[in-house]
Amino acid sequence: MKVPTMAEYMAEGKQPEVLFWVGCAGSFDDRAKKITKAFVKILNNANVEFAVLGAEESCTGDPAKRAGNEFLFQMQAVTNIEVMNAYEVKKVVTACPHCFNTIKNEYPSLGGNYEVVHHTQFLKSLLDDGRLTIEGGNFKGKRITFHDPCYLGRANDVYEAPRELIRKLDVELVEMKNCRKKGLCCGAGGAQMFKDAEPGNKEVNIERTEQALDVKPDIIAAGCPFCNTMMTDGIKNKEKEDSIVVQDIAELIANAQDL
Amino acid sequence: MEYIPNILFAILLIAGVGYFTKNVRKLTRNIKLGKDVDRSDNKSERWKNMAMIALGQSKMVRRPIAGFLHVIVYVGFIIINIEVLEIIIDGLFGTHRIFTKVLPDSVYGFLIGTFEILAVLVLITVIIFWLRRNVIKLKRFLSAEMKGWPKSDGNIILYFEVVLMTLFLVMNATDVEFQAMNSGNIISKHIAGLFGSGEHLHTIERAAWWLHIAGILVFLNYLYYSKHLHILLAFPNTWYANLKPKGQFKNDANVTKEVMLMMDPNADPFAAPAEGEDEGEPEKFGASDVQDLNWVQLMNAYTCTECGRCTSECPANQTGKKLSPRKIMMDTRDRLEEVGKNIDANKGTFVDDGKALLNDYITPEELWACTSCNACVEACPVNIDPLSIIMEMRKYLVMEQSAAPSELNVMMGNIENNGAPWPYNQMDRLNWKDEN
Repeated sequence: MKVPTMAEYMAEGKQPEVLFWVGCAGSFDDRAKKITKAFVKILNNANVEFAVLGAEESCTGDPAKRAGNEFLFQMQAVTNIEVMNAYEVKKVVTACPHCFNTIKNEYPSLGGNYEVVHHTQFLKSLLDDGRLTIEGGNFKGKRITFHDPCYLGRANDVYEAPRELIRKLDVELVEMKNCRKKGLCCGAGGAQMFKDAEPGNKEVNIERTEQALDVKPDIIAAGCPFCNTMMTDGIKNKEKEDSIVVQDIAELIANAQDL
Repeated sequence: MEYIPNILFAILLIAGVGYFTKNVRKLTRNIKLGKDVDRSDNKSERWKNMAMIALGQSKMVRRPIAGFLHVIVYVGFIIINIEVLEIIIDGLFGTHRIFTKVLPDSVYGFLIGTFEILAVLVLITVIIFWLRRNVIKLKRFLSAEMKGWPKSDGNIILYFEVVLMTLFLVMNATDVEFQAMNSGNIISKHIAGLFGSGEHLHTIERAAWWLHIAGILVFLNYLYYSKHLHILLAFPNTWYANLKPKGQFKNDANVTKEVMLMMDPNADPFAAPAEGEDEGEPEKFGASDVQDLNWVQLMNAYTCTECGRCTSECPANQTGKKLSPRKIMMDTRDRLEEVGKNIDANKGTFVDDGKALLNDYITPEELWACTSCNACVEACPVNIDPLSIIMEMRKYLVMEQSAAPSELNVMMGNIENNGAPWPYNQMDRLNWKDEN
């Protein structure tokens, strides 16, 4: 798989079109790595000159900040900003809404000013520019519901880019009871991914999975590696993993094109 | 002797408005106990938000039933207040329905007719509201934090409205001259018959008139002690609300200073502070009490009218966790009131009472249940931000008390040591490229 690094680009004296910020989940989590690879396949197929930071990338600090550790967050941020500024990064794309939100909104006041887009926005722009074509193929006529990631939707008002990509797949897009501005959290945000939930009578991801099941989808589309994990766990809990799949939008597009 | 009613009225008015002003001063002082935050940017967008959200009720109507009913009471409240102006002039100058002298009968009749219709609509709506709270028992009015005073408070406000609207209609129905004019008595002419005819009508009319204005002044003063302050504070609250993306949490400037110092290779960690530089008390990280919050967060607390839309949208609350964003706001207000009373009792200075917002009001269990999803912020019809308070308090727990849940300490240790929340080596970040 062709995945050039920023260091390689620099050695050749070139600048890539965009830095692909892979994120910790995209780098290490087995499920999320599939999303990363699917996205890279699309980028390569569309001849996008991208690069990753590889071993020079480090956690954005999002979970630390949301857990209350401002100091650790800012240490991470300043370190990452130093690396990105050294490479004169102008544009960043990431498949993680948490990385997206942090780099886009919280890095500027610490000296990191980049154009930051979520991978669904980036894919949408490739589509608009004619660099990417999406055909339904395998998905034609399937029912897909999209789970809005909080840090993409409410946090940054991005609701349409992922939906426009899904519609291109020639599928039936069905909305859950809570969608867009009223989307229900998957339960992972605010550093909850890394701890057990407080005592209650249900897990948040089960509540959200039930909302998804209510609209009888064949596929639950996600746009966040953490939502993906939570919804996948929810589907397993409901013993529906044989009939319903949870896939990132990048995976759906890559699969539709048999990449 | 003939001026006695005028004098009595003036005394009543001055007492009512005066006592309210005194409490507004207290309210402003309490809000100013919060830290400074600059919200003076983008004035045009702020005015627009206030016009749309507070004046235009745009977020209220997202829930159509409650929103529609609220708009009726809101419009009724604003419009019927024009009548209060006439009452005040009449009361001070001993006139009777002064506007009939300056306005043509048809215009006056149109105005009063509108008020009468609105009064009936408000009455009906208020009854529906009461049923929703006490008979239908909507879930969001039954939460733990709604027991006791908050429940009574909600009902008392409704009773006030019933009494005031009824008095307004009775006052019109028993006003012989007004009924004779037969313009604008759309509703009151139908109940006029109930009161018969004769001298006693004048007595009833006067009694209703005095009770109506006295009731309005009592209600005005009730606001400060009630959740009902939102009718005033919704306006500044929407004006000063956060305009940045909801996902953007403020970067702590004090932390930035320290981080920059650590990252600066030329900085001397043992350097003495520069001559004349006052080191002062080191700034506390995060918030454990109301004085650590900013003044907009404190104004948020006074603005909250406990409708509970935030709590009903909260994923943690929906799944049975203790967290309720509404309770966060109510606790902040109650603690702020307690601090305010402490200051009053101690001649203007706060004397440590051994209590704090954290633990005495809000428990860490509530704070750690939050997913930071912003559903509460989005749901609030007047742009209150409970999430920012939760995050400030988490910051205090972690940075001042090292009191994070142990799993989060593990996660943060991993980030510190190997740049990821899980224990993987940073050098392996690109391994996925060659895996199948």
